[in-house]
Amino acid sequence: MTTIETPAGPAEPMVLNMGPQHPSTHGVLRVILELDGEIVLKAKPVIGYLHTGIEKSCESKTYSQCITLTDRIDYLAPLSNNLGFCLAAEKLIGIEVPKRAQYIRVLLTELTRITSHLVWLGTHAIDLGAMSVFLYSFREREEIMKIYEYVSGQRMMTSYFRIGGLALEPPPGWLDKVRRVLDAMPGHIDEYETLLTENRIWKARTVGVGMLSAETAIAMGCSGPLLRASGVPYDIRKVFPYSSYDEFDFEVKTSTGADCYARYQVRVAEMRESLKIIRQAMDKIPAEGPFRAELPGVIPPSREEMKTSIEGLIYHFKIFTEGFAPPQGEVYQAIESPRGELGVFMASDGSTKPYRVKFRTPSFVNLQSLPNLCEGRLLADVVACIGTTDIVLGEVDR
Amino acid sequence: MESQDLGKNPVVQKLRDWDPQAVAEVIEFRGETTVVVPAQHVLRVAEYLASDPALRFSFLSDLTVVDRFPIEPRFELNYHLLSLDRKERLRLRVRLTGKEAAVASVTPVWPTANWHERETFDLFGVRFHGHPDLTRILLPDEWEGHPLRKDYPVEGFR
Repeated sequence: MTTIETPAGPAEPMVLNMGPQHPSTHGVLRVILELDGEIVLKAKPVIGYLHTGIEKSCESKTYSQCITLTDRIDYLAPLSNNLGFCLAAEKLIGIEVPKRAQYIRVLLTELTRITSHLVWLGTHAIDLGAMSVFLYSFREREEIMKIYEYVSGQRMMTSYFRIGGLALEPPPGWLDKVRRVLDAMPGHIDEYETLLTENRIWKARTVGVGMLSAETAIAMGCSGPLLRASGVPYDIRKVFPYSSYDEFDFEVKTSTGADCYARYQVRVAEMRESLKIIRQAMDKIPAEGPFRAELPGVIPPSREEMKTSIEGLIYHFKIFTEGFAPPQGEVYQAIESPRGELGVFMASDGSTKPYRVKFRTPSFVNLQSLPNLCEGRLLADVVACIGTTDIVLGEVDR
Repeated sequence: MESQDLGKNPVVQKLRDWDPQAVAEVIEFRGETTVVVPAQHVLRVAEYLASDPALRFSFLSDLTVVDRFPIEPRFELNYHLLSLDRKERLRLRVRLTGKEAAVASVTPVWPTANWHERETFDLFGVRFHGHPDLTRILLPDEWEGHPLRKDYPVEGFR
């Protein structure tokens, strides 16, 4: 404990406990703060309150069964997690996903990016006092969740991606629903910007707050908007493209501000870029085609094939009771989730269950830099800094 | 899937030229390169890879362990490195026995390793010499045992 010099002599700083139940920590996060009056001398995040042992559970489930667990890791961007896991498994086995499924995956993942940023914007704003933005951003999110429900049957934990493609054929008319959201979104994003971007109070609470230099960000392993708002143009969709992202035309938004305001600008700009990608995806998706690859013994046959042919029945039975066995080896597949680099490290020993799955979650790594963001600043800035890192505790703890 | 590659990867070649003892084995699988490094050389190799101007592996993406119990050496420590400007990934692997599950901490080279190493210690029991604060991170401080080890049950009594 450091001692502080006061006019009355040396004194100890005050230790304040923030969380794990606190409306502004966005989940069960505990931060132990050492304060000198209003100034934060030290901030130590304590995590683990949401640890559910997902990685250990994955070791006792078959690869397909693990997909439902992945939804719950970053519960605000469930399709992102599904995508990361499925891509890693496909890399391990060596499956080529059909283009139609890849484009649909891109479309849904970018919709997920928008919903995740909407939650971030609403909660970040309401933490700092701008309560209306929360209502509007969740209203937009509802529309997108209705699309998820139409396509996969689930509003949030969709588990819609499977190894080799999608779980089901998307229902007819879903692209019209997407188009309606697409037409309305730019106007809504303009609304949020009207409320916040030139707002004096918003700027007073975010400009110059939570400064993170590029060297510190790289040293602390930060990724996603945290890194891009410090000027480093690292976006995995561009650097190590996956799922046909190299066929799409979009920009990587960066900023040199390196503060909370810059991160706000980067995320809002990313929402607009996601709309661009979705529009391109909608034009690219062929009207007909397979929604899942074919690999007998690994990918289940269609229902019709299962009911009419004996091989289909045998494969179906084997895949759903025993599972399939990928070759022995390890892969690391990273995707650009709304929060940063989501990496899935998968190790197989040749059996039907994953030997080890490690989820390198961006929130876990980004949260580590919280002391860098808020030490030396006022107590009220801690709330702004936690909001700007855009953490999801399900991801931090798994 | 393991092959004694003769170092076609230029990074591996450079590593071999710098110190042939630092590269025990090279594995190429699905387009990914893994270099197996003996435990005593980890910190030197980390410093070299991060600071050499031609390599510049300045970003540590992930640090994790695979427990191969009952096969010895039991713990396979994997470091996932990334060079941001050269846009290249590399994996370092260190094999540790169950009896001596300890290695030097790489926090002086990549400060982000701090929490990764704490998590590895928490869930596997691997120790890191020189770590500033090697305490449990996800589990309560009083927890006994290391749950992600293969001899720790998924459910039930132990």
